[in-house]
Amino acid sequence: MARFEDTGPGVPVVESIRVDKVSPTARIFGGVRALIVLAFAIIGLIPVVVMASTAFKTRADIVSTPPKVLFQPTLQGLVYLLTERAVASPSRLEELKKNAETGNLTFFQQIALDSGQEITGPSDYIFRLRNSLIIAGFSTLASVVLGLFSAYAFSRFNVPGKDDLLFFILSTRMLPAVVVTIPLFLMYRQLGLHDKHLGMILLYTVFNLSFSVWLLKGFIDEIPREYEEAALVDGYTRWQAFYKIVLPQAVTGIAATTVFCLIFAWNEYAFALMMTSDNAQTAPPAIATMLGRGGIEWSAIAAGTLGFLIPVVIVTFTLRKYLLRGITFGAIRR
Amino acid sequence: MATIELKQVEKKFGSLFAVKPMDLTITDGEFVVLLGPSGCGKTTTLRMISGLETVSGGQILLNGRNVTWRHPSARDIAFVFQFYALYPHLTARENIAFPLQAQRESSETIEQRVKEVVKLLQIEHLLNMRPGKLSGGDQQRVALARALVRRPAAFLMDEPLGALDAEFRETMRAEIKRLHILQHATTVYVTHDQIEAIAMGDRIVVMSAAEVQQVGTPHDVYYDPANLFVARFIGSPGMNLVRGNYTEGVVRLPGDNRYPAPEAWRGVLPGGDIVLGFRPEAAYINPNGTLSGEVYASDMHGAYTMLHVNLNQTDIVHIRGDRQTLYPIGTPVRFDLDPAMARFFEPATEKALRRAEVRA
Repeated sequence: MARFEDTGPGVPVVESIRVDKVSPTARIFGGVRALIVLAFAIIGLIPVVVMASTAFKTRADIVSTPPKVLFQPTLQGLVYLLTERAVASPSRLEELKKNAETGNLTFFQQIALDSGQEITGPSDYIFRLRNSLIIAGFSTLASVVLGLFSAYAFSRFNVPGKDDLLFFILSTRMLPAVVVTIPLFLMYRQLGLHDKHLGMILLYTVFNLSFSVWLLKGFIDEIPREYEEAALVDGYTRWQAFYKIVLPQAVTGIAATTVFCLIFAWNEYAFALMMTSDNAQTAPPAIATMLGRGGIEWSAIAAGTLGFLIPVVIVTFTLRKYLLRGITFGAIRR
Repeated sequence: MATIELKQVEKKFGSLFAVKPMDLTITDGEFVVLLGPSGCGKTTTLRMISGLETVSGGQILLNGRNVTWRHPSARDIAFVFQFYALYPHLTARENIAFPLQAQRESSETIEQRVKEVVKLLQIEHLLNMRPGKLSGGDQQRVALARALVRRPAAFLMDEPLGALDAEFRETMRAEIKRLHILQHATTVYVTHDQIEAIAMGDRIVVMSAAEVQQVGTPHDVYYDPANLFVARFIGSPGMNLVRGNYTEGVVRLPGDNRYPAPEAWRGVLPGGDIVLGFRPEAAYINPNGTLSGEVYASDMHGAYTMLHVNLNQTDIVHIRGDRQTLYPIGTPVRFDLDPAMARFFEPATEKALRRAEVRA
């Protein structure tokens, strides 16, 4: 708790003068620091920029050396990403060429003419992305909710064998994921969970739970027990005290845990590759398989990756206020 | 309002006693202070009364109703914490209204009651601030308001002034005492500060090592400590305790001092080893006094001086001097004791011996 000098009743400390905002040297150092951070940010963003621009480049522009920074954007990559195509027959191409001369070609026909490939139907990219959203979304929800309850219990109650249990929970993280894939694969096949959404949700929840329990326990430990005890004697039940007092104060921790769990479940590749084949396949293995299909369509892959990036970016940006507070959490002594 | 009764209440952690079985009856409107050094079990006792801690044995009665296993929210008591425990995400007003919302009071009633209590504590101007913006004293005022607003059967306070600056503590002490008198509410107050205890309590429960040492009025525990611990713990400095040997009406003390026992004690004192106890203010400098020593140090306390008098090389007693005389180190002094204020203890049991005519 902040300790202000007691200035007597009714004279609260309402403003402060921070030396680091006034002194000229502090300002210069602040500027230099900002520049360095900016440089790092730019370096970090280069791959993203390359990816985003590749998504809108033509095949020729993509492979050109030196790489083109300025180019004529095209939606070709996006079309490749969202469609299934077949090589067009020579007769069909002739027909298209003829139509092109008269100038009445649709957008898709133009592409077919340019690439020599005829669109045969939608690709399964949207379907994969939807799988990713369902699986990552529900598993994140489950791991945060379950993690919150168990973290609260571990933090506040005398759970028998608490330390051992916590260590056991942590130990699920000690083996690399690949090690458990084979036994899991066999189990899942027996249980009928292979290539099922439920199976993937369960898998990611279990995997994230250890992380979520430990992270949230840290946050809840930081909330003084007195708050709940005050609520208890004020006439509230344990459950009411939990959601009226603990929850609002754990919001930072919940946000941070949510983002981390979501990013894991969203990015996960190895399990998704092994445990799913079609029905529940998520975007990461699907995008990777695009590499192998009839020549490498870099623009399609880049567009797919870009689309894959967007949901996580949205969530992270929505929660960034809490995330920043999460980083500094506990840094200030009460 | 309420009476609180503890019957053989105890708390064990494993095989270790946090509170040994204790009995205590607190009458309606009484201000009882649980006093003791840290780790003596006083806070645990308070938490058991509130229900925040379970008991390992015994019963707790509130108004004659057994609440030993009742949930804290069902006991109708308010708790004031050392670190205020104001909900940081709520404003002062919302904090104060919080207990009333639990009782599902109408919003008019809540507003009315908050207004009353805020006026009583004179914190109208703080209502829209969050706890983080308030000074320690103001936070504790808001916490008191939150406790008062519900008009609970009893108030439990766990070192409510412990986190405040010394200067501010006095103001708040007076404020709590004033509130108690105005509200006439049964209050159990925990502190390790004996000055606070003596200034505030109707009765003091002195605890040490998980055990009740003495229950009595401030006057009792100050002038008639039940044992050596209480004698040492109460008062600053504590009671002077000098080992001696009693034979034939005379107590032989270190430094070849011979102290003739007061009349009232002669028939009571057993022969042999004994501890003589007296408060610094029970001794006075007298050139013809029966006791002697030399000044070890003397310091100014403003209203009086305190002499540290060396009887031999190991026994130093504190004597309250007059307002200004400071004695150079090594000055030989003679002094006398007020016979009514001399106390005797048994060294083996550490318990106080009682004169026949003094209350048992």
